Amino acid sequence: MTTVEEAPANPIGFGRMKRKEDPRFIRGKGNYVDDMQLPGMLHGAVLRSTYAHARIRSIDTSAAEAHPKVKAVITGALLETLGLAWIPSLSHDVIAVLATDKVRYQGQEVAFVVAEDHYSARDALELIEVDYEPLPAMIDAKAALDAGAPIIRDDIEGKTDNHIFDWEAGDRASTEAVFASADVVVEQDMLYPRVHPAPMETCGSVAYMDKVTGKLTIWCTTQAPHAHRTLYALVAGLPEHKIRIVSPDIGGGFGNKVGIYPGYVLSVVGSIVTGKPVKWMEDRSENLMSTSFARDYHMHGEICSTRDGKITGLRVKVLADHGAFNNTAQPTKFPAGFFHIFTGSYDLQAAHCEVTGVYSNKAPGGVAYACSFRVTEAAYLVERMVDCLADELGMDPAELRMKNLLKPEQFPYTCHTGWVYDSGDYPRALQKAMDIAGYADLRKEQVEKRARGELMGIGISFFTETVGAGPRKHMDILGLGMADGAEVRVHPTGKAVVRLSVQTQGQGHETTFAQIVAEELGISPDDIDVVHGDTDNTPFGLGTYGSRSTPVSGAAVAVASRRVRDKARLIAGAMLEASPDDLEWEKGRWFVKGDPAQSKTIQEIALASHGPLELPEGVEGHLDASCVYDPPNLTYPFGAYICVVDVDPGTGQVKVRRFIAVDDCGPRINPMIVEGQIHGGLADGVGMALMEVIAFDEEGNCLGGSFMDYLLPTSIECPKWELGETVTPSPHHPLGVKGVGESATVGSPAAVVNAVLDAIGVRHADMPLTPAQVWRTMQGSPFRTDLAIQ
Amino acid sequence: MQVPAPVEYERATSVDNALALLERYGPEARLVAGGHSLLPMMKLRLARPEVLIDINDLTDLSYVKVEGGELRIGAMTRHRELLDSPVGWEHYPILRDAERVIADPIVRNRGTVGGSICQADPSEDLSAVFAALGAQAVIRSSSGERVVSMEDFHVGAYTTAVGPAEILTEVRVPIRTNTGSAYEKVERRMGDWAVVAAGAFVSLDGDRIADASIGLAAAGAEHFRVPAADAALRGAPATEETFATAAQLVSDGCDPVSDQRGPADYKRHLAGELAKRALRRATARARGEEA
Amino acid sequence: MQVTMTVNGDEVTREVEPRLLLVHFVRDHLGLTGTHWGCDTSNCGTCVLWMDSEPVKSCTVLAAMAHGRDIRTVEGLERNGELDPVQVGFMEEHGLQCGFCTPGMMMTARWLLDHNPDPDEGEIREAICGQICRCTGYENIVKAIRWAAEHPATAEVTA
Repeated sequence: MTTVEEAPANPIGFGRMKRKEDPRFIRGKGNYVDDMQLPGMLHGAVLRSTYAHARIRSIDTSAAEAHPKVKAVITGALLETLGLAWIPSLSHDVIAVLATDKVRYQGQEVAFVVAEDHYSARDALELIEVDYEPLPAMIDAKAALDAGAPIIRDDIEGKTDNHIFDWEAGDRASTEAVFASADVVVEQDMLYPRVHPAPMETCGSVAYMDKVTGKLTIWCTTQAPHAHRTLYALVAGLPEHKIRIVSPDIGGGFGNKVGIYPGYVLSVVGSIVTGKPVKWMEDRSENLMSTSFARDYHMHGEICSTRDGKITGLRVKVLADHGAFNNTAQPTKFPAGFFHIFTGSYDLQAAHCEVTGVYSNKAPGGVAYACSFRVTEAAYLVERMVDCLADELGMDPAELRMKNLLKPEQFPYTCHTGWVYDSGDYPRALQKAMDIAGYADLRKEQVEKRARGELMGIGISFFTETVGAGPRKHMDILGLGMADGAEVRVHPTGKAVVRLSVQTQGQGHETTFAQIVAEELGISPDDIDVVHGDTDNTPFGLGTYGSRSTPVSGAAVAVASRRVRDKARLIAGAMLEASPDDLEWEKGRWFVKGDPAQSKTIQEIALASHGPLELPEGVEGHLDASCVYDPPNLTYPFGAYICVVDVDPGTGQVKVRRFIAVDDCGPRINPMIVEGQIHGGLADGVGMALMEVIAFDEEGNCLGGSFMDYLLPTSIECPKWELGETVTPSPHHPLGVKGVGESATVGSPAAVVNAVLDAIGVRHADMPLTPAQVWRTMQGSPFRTDLAIQ
Repeated sequence: MQVPAPVEYERATSVDNALALLERYGPEARLVAGGHSLLPMMKLRLARPEVLIDINDLTDLSYVKVEGGELRIGAMTRHRELLDSPVGWEHYPILRDAERVIADPIVRNRGTVGGSICQADPSEDLSAVFAALGAQAVIRSSSGERVVSMEDFHVGAYTTAVGPAEILTEVRVPIRTNTGSAYEKVERRMGDWAVVAAGAFVSLDGDRIADASIGLAAAGAEHFRVPAADAALRGAPATEETFATAAQLVSDGCDPVSDQRGPADYKRHLAGELAKRALRRATARARGEEA
Repeated sequence: MQVTMTVNGDEVTREVEPRLLLVHFVRDHLGLTGTHWGCDTSNCGTCVLWMDSEPVKSCTVLAAMAHGRDIRTVEGLERNGELDPVQVGFMEEHGLQCGFCTPGMMMTARWLLDHNPDPDEGEIREAICGQICRCTGYENIVKAIRWAAEHPATAEVTA
């Protein structure tokens, strides 16, 4: 028997507590999509294009259809008859469910087989013959707008180029003026390469159209079940009340599982055609080659300052490679997401950005991998530019930042591109990180080592995010406003249930949301059930991404809980025969002011609310409430990160020795869970800075299509993370919390890159800084990391 | 997940039985030991054998021992067993250096010495190690046994001297005195194939190098060696200057290709740099200055 | 062909294709879905289970190759209603978030502690370096395994 010391009782509210969802996972009893078995279930597999750009002359499925275990073969031609060959994307474009005229990226869906078992389905794929006429591939975003570039979207009427959009933010004229009059101007090109969220569980679905009831049920790896349901209704013309989306346990999302992929739609069509449940689970190469990648921003940054290091302006031009279809998941009004938070954490006089989106013969996407809607790109840009300026001025990067960070008294702060930063004490956070790191000692050590020819680097990243979208009037996805609902109900015996619109993929919602209700009502989190993931029994909302669960849904839950508490007050008044105004709240009970023995617990009130007690005028029975929370603003978590690396000059190998992360996400509902979120994001930074990239060769072959090529950091590359915190609550959030799910992924890459460049004494080189790239950079000839290495 | 095409399966009960099965099924049959090279290729459908002959029950081919003045390693020795072998470590620390950086601990439970060198991937670490050690391969067929040098064993990329109805049973390394050996590998990440790796074997006669050999992985070196570099080492003083000369010959004499692990010029530099480091450590070990 | 093996102490026999992967055998034929899969190239380690008392990547083993062998999966960690110390450790130290890599990590942890009851941080990191986690940054997985080392079961739990 394993003995555990007497464990402290779980906090009634915020605090460290073990997760309620763990017991099933540690027993191997998680319920992921691929675990599902339904009677008569069939298995689907997708045939994918081997070419990046080619016309489809013909598709011969006869041999596949003749396979004894194949039940159906679906091609674009069949989908066309159903009006489903193309479906709307998340960005007012269309995506092909199955290619009809052309294939536009390697890995694009061309046909779908439904068979009795997974192995037969994969066998049948080899029996389908596609006659392709290869076309030149357009894989270099920098050449996308050249005259003579292959036109990718000839499916769009009148389209004669690969241009998608132009967008700008900030004031061009005042920024020009600031730059023109600046003492020092530094320019730098930098690439944030195409990377991939690569959750451990790939994407997939089990779809079942019940012909008798007319109800379509889709169990799916989705971070946004309600959004999916509405989209299926709008796109496929299926009645919304007859669609049920269920997210069971999800093995990591990170933004990979936000959109509707062709595979999901195909599993639905497969079920309609066969009358049976159809399971489709993609393999890892499909995941890496065809699902939503992240970043691929070619940026040209400019920063200007006074001679003594007062930053005055920031300007950036971006070429955004969106792949073959524009399918980025971000609020409609913001085609470049929230990139215009590139103003960062600094007190600037002016800022301006322009973003041009282009098509390429690559998989569609761009917004994913904990980017907070392009905040990763923005934070990387500004933190690299600040280091480039430090390099130009010969100034210590910490000192340069301290000199320019926004001061606490400047909040709420409206930046030059329109964001209203809610709260922050930036210098305190940076100082804390420097103290934990022992910054001065590290610089001393660096000098000593350099004298011996040993290369050690220290890199800083100070980031400000903008997360928690809403409000609905500014933020919608395909017309669905980003406001989320929550319902709180207290049962007769005083236990409770909270129903959410957001969807955990490992963030611990079954615990943290119980803790919010616990904090507001004084019911133990052990007695609070958190229901999520099933559109049949949860309120509507836009789902989990962009770190919005706590800022939006957390607020909804807090407000709903307070409504329950307010109703409880009225009922308590009736029970105590006292005026509600004479009652005071102490977590878990209402008591008479000045006579605390006269009290009713929330449990007693719950029971009474279901009983024969005569309720006051206007008060209905039972004890529940709901809320649709429309956030008044976004929230602005921030942090100060410091990375220490050692570089082997003979090989270019980088070892991350230390990583210090001070985060401010407001109050922490469960510090254990917050720290876990940060740990995971920091590993992302090590990965992206040093090894992760999806590159393409001239023919459009994807060079990052397996875990042998798309490298993820292991326990060896990750150091012990050293965390610190500061707390500046958000003034507009009911709980003051800001969200933290993406902070570390946003802030960490620049810290690692800055450290490596600091070690080797070079102003800039693009990620990933593999040993080859580091060595080549030291020789003065870094290479393009988005293309095949020559 | 991607899955293999249909295949037949046989389980060999002995070496003779394995040979008989190979003869019966012909060239479309493949032996499977650890399976961590073959099965992934089958899942990607790059390899499509008709029959798999499972030789995992041939545990009598799993050993690391000293016999007849040689270190003898059975072909079915798992990577983990070689890594943990005190006998291996005692005579040739290069074996442990290399095993520590081959794949990962879980894969090492299954992958075998024989399977790895028979796969003959140009980036394969043990191939470079055994080339540096001047090892020999013992190949058995139904008509008997033959012993070939590592140079003859390595015919080319993914090709060895093992014929269709033959099985590698053992690798032999002569045991010599005053020796040191070491392996240096650069990877983009733990568990990855080498960007380049270099192993060195050195035997000293006082302060001079009596014999030496460098083995290179992933550097396009024919038979994993650069003979000119080895020749320059023999008889030379065991000094930094000698190592540098050899390293330059290694750089000049290998022929790496550019790929996503790195450009050719970087790999060429690495080959020389790692050869130098391996020589340095091998020499220190030969002198007893380092474990 | 028919395969027979012992799985978590019970003998099972099933009719399978020779090419069936062991991970699919345990998941789909035996309904033991605690063992997962996450890649095509034997890199991710979400499929780790024990075969003949050693952790192996079950996506790279045929069920046929496991015929006659002893298999232990995450479902077999709990004994007689008692959780294994690694299972308790993962809960105590928040060593899991989405839970997908967790069974494989725990199977490796259990093997490590059976052979090295007091591993240091470096030994733990090396033992799990063939398995990827995207959620935890590994910190709390290491802590969870240390917790299990410091709170061993009082009864014999090894296979």
